[in-house]
Amino acid sequence: MVGQRAERKQLMPANYGPYWFILVLLAAGAVFCLTPLLLAWLWARFFMPGRPGPTKNAAYECGLDSPGADGPRFKSEYYLYGILFLVFDVEAVFLFPFAASFTGLPAGAAVGMLVFLLLLIEGLAWAWVKGLLTWK
Amino acid sequence: MTPAGSMDEGLRNELSRQGVFVVKLTDLYNWGRKNSIWPLNFGLACCAIEMIAASMARFDISRFGAEVFRPSPRQADLMIVAGTVTKKMAPQVVRLYNQMPDPKYVIAMGACAISGGPFKQGYNVLKGIDRYIPVDVSIPGCPPKPEALLHALITLQKRIESEQFAGPNPAPRLARGAPGEYPVPRLGAHDIEPPFNPEVWQPPKLVREE
Repeated sequence: MVGQRAERKQLMPANYGPYWFILVLLAAGAVFCLTPLLLAWLWARFFMPGRPGPTKNAAYECGLDSPGADGPRFKSEYYLYGILFLVFDVEAVFLFPFAASFTGLPAGAAVGMLVFLLLLIEGLAWAWVKGLLTWK
Repeated sequence: MTPAGSMDEGLRNELSRQGVFVVKLTDLYNWGRKNSIWPLNFGLACCAIEMIAASMARFDISRFGAEVFRPSPRQADLMIVAGTVTKKMAPQVVRLYNQMPDPKYVIAMGACAISGGPFKQGYNVLKGIDRYIPVDVSIPGCPPKPEALLHALITLQKRIESEQFAGPNPAPRLARGAPGEYPVPRLGAHDIEPPFNPEVWQPPKLVREE
C-alpha cells in the first residue's frame, strides 16, 4: 500500500494544478464557438457586404403591417393598481435603506423621505377608501 | 483569388490522383450553398400542394439538401412562388422577397406564377411574378409535378455552382452594388401600382413587319 502511494507520487508532477484543465477547456470552447462567427463576419466583410433597407430592417416579417391607431387603449381604472404597486413594491425598496441609515441621515434627506412616505401613505388611504384592500 | 484559381489543370489532376484535392474558395463556397438551399415556407395556391408532395417521403426534396423550409424570410435562400399571385397578395410576396438575405433565388412554379395561367384574364390576378422580382427558374405546368420542382431545383443548383462572386464577371445577385430591395407595389384604387418594375421586366415590344 505504502509502495503504491509512493509510486503514484512519483508519476504526478510536483506543481500539479487540477484547475488548469478547466481553463484550457474554456479557452478551447471559446475558440471553437468564436471561430465560425469570426469567419462568417470576415466573409461578410470582404465578399458579401450586407444590403440593408427599410423593408429588410422592418420589425414585422410576414405580410401586412398591423393596423390600428398609434396609442394603445387601456382601462383608466388601472391607476389604482399602479398606486398599489408603488405603495407595496417601490416603497418597500426605499424603506429598507431608509430604516437602516435613519439615525445617520441629514435633516433634509429625512424630511424628503418623510414627504415621499406621506405621499404614498395618502395613496394607501385612497386605495383603502376605494375598497381595494378588501378581499372579494 | 486563390492560388488554385491560376493552377495548372494537369497539376490538379495529378494531385487528385495522389489523393490531394485542390479547390478554389469560390467552388467550396458554391458547393456549400447549392447543397443547403433553404426554401421559404409559403404557398399561394394548388401548386403548393405539389411543393408539399415534393418535400414528403416519396419525392423527398431532402435528397438535394433543400428540405429545411423556413417559416421566416430571414433564414431562407429560395422563394418558391407556388401558385396564383393575386394583386392583393403581390405586395406581400415582394415584401417577403425583400426581407430574405442575399444571395436569394426565386423559382416561379406553375403557369400562374409565370404568367397568370388559366386565371390570366381575371381582374385580380397578377400576370406573372417576374414583373416585380427577378425569377431564376420557371417551371411550366398546371400544376407541375413534384419531379418538375426537383428538376428546377437541380437547375438552380447548377446555376449556383457556376456563379462567381468576385472577378470581372460576378453573378448579378452576388455583385457589389446589386439592389438589396425591390420596390413594393401598392394596391391602388383601380389596379396595382406600378403595374411592373421596369428594372426587372419590360412589356414585350410588338414589331410589325412592313
